[in-house]
Amino acid sequence: MTVAVEGLSGWPPPVLDPAGPYAGSVTALTWVLIGMAVAVLLIVLAALYIALFGKGELRRRLGGEKVIWILGIAFPTVVLTGLLVWGLTLTRHLSAPAAEGTALKMRVSGEMWWWRVDYLDEAGSTLMADANELHIPVGRTVEIELVSPDVVHSFWVPQLSGKLDMVPGRRNLIRIQADRPGTYAGQCAEYCGGPHALMGFMVIAHEPAEWARWLARRRAPPAAPTDAQAQRGGQLFLAAGCGACHRIAGTPANGLAGPDLTYVGARRTLGAGILPNHRGTMMGWIGDSQAIKPGNRMPPYRVLSAEQLEAIAVYLEGRR
Amino acid sequence: MPATLLLLAACKPPPEGRHPMAGADAAAGRAVVERVGCGSCHAFPDIAWPRGAVGPDLSRFASQTMIAGRVPNRPDLLAAFVRNAPAVVPGSAMPAMPIDEAEARDVAAYLYTLGAE
Repeated sequence: MTVAVEGLSGWPPPVLDPAGPYAGSVTALTWVLIGMAVAVLLIVLAALYIALFGKGELRRRLGGEKVIWILGIAFPTVVLTGLLVWGLTLTRHLSAPAAEGTALKMRVSGEMWWWRVDYLDEAGSTLMADANELHIPVGRTVEIELVSPDVVHSFWVPQLSGKLDMVPGRRNLIRIQADRPGTYAGQCAEYCGGPHALMGFMVIAHEPAEWARWLARRRAPPAAPTDAQAQRGGQLFLAAGCGACHRIAGTPANGLAGPDLTYVGARRTLGAGILPNHRGTMMGWIGDSQAIKPGNRMPPYRVLSAEQLEAIAVYLEGRR
Repeated sequence: MPATLLLLAACKPPPEGRHPMAGADAAAGRAVVERVGCGSCHAFPDIAWPRGAVGPDLSRFASQTMIAGRVPNRPDLLAAFVRNAPAVVPGSAMPAMPIDEAEARDVAAYLYTLGAE
């Protein structure tokens, strides 16, 4: 029997393997630009070779005014203008709003160094809060508001779209779409200090019916724990003050400084896309997350005993 | 006297015979350690990240006499311990791990490459 730890499947994200229309046009543009750059490099190398080693007549013609006019001015003007027009046409749909009422709306806030996620209704109010993971249905455009309360971050899920900055005080819109179910990894793509490189993200694309069932289950917070160890973990979670930074819906824990933990047990990853999520990694994270992700804003909890640490991990495991 | 010598000599067999893990693959074990995220709590000499600090540094694990300071560092016990630590060492802070028995043996084989004398 193989016990799956699927946590980090999809990591590192392939950057030239689009899984939807938005990433598709970005990837097409990338390949064409690479192709053009290679062609121009070859022309320049050929000209350099002629200039250095060519026969007299050929060298004279290369240095003539006609070649400068054609290769030096006309060629770049025509080619670059053509590329610009083609590129803008190709990527126009990246910034075009989806038809009214067809796109799902979500908000992702880049924070030092994790992602706050809100599923929005048509009016833009939060239906459900989560963190570091986004569940979407395949074949449907998802319009994501990108914001940041602290510094500039950049949202990048290479298989689903290009990258777009999250700028404090601004609200940028990115559209993503997956055309096949799967797990797509993302990464903060703008240096945001300290553990920026450990600020990962997961998008999980489901078949539409499965996604609807998933969302329906999330309308109510998970049931309170019934077994003794998990109940004790829940009490310890509150007693240790975890609720000052973390929210668990349906409990007194209502902190907003750190990731919402209402469904933490269902997440694929811990620490913002960097570790698989199971009891062992959860205990390691709570015990000393500074050793794992130096500089992150959660202090190490060296005061907890092994038994307390495990009880909290068991409690959180059940938040799903 | 010769019997005592033999006994003393037997305490420290050569490295290759010390921790026999028939059929286990240390390289596969290292991959399991990375995938499962053992580094959340432990530091390994040849894994750059993560280097957790909740549990012991395992850089010289092969030369250690005890597992978790409680049971002899024997291949069969180690393979059982990495998969379900509380069953081997009750009260251990290390929880059971999401790996199967073959993976546990690979992990044990990998641990016996760390700081072997």
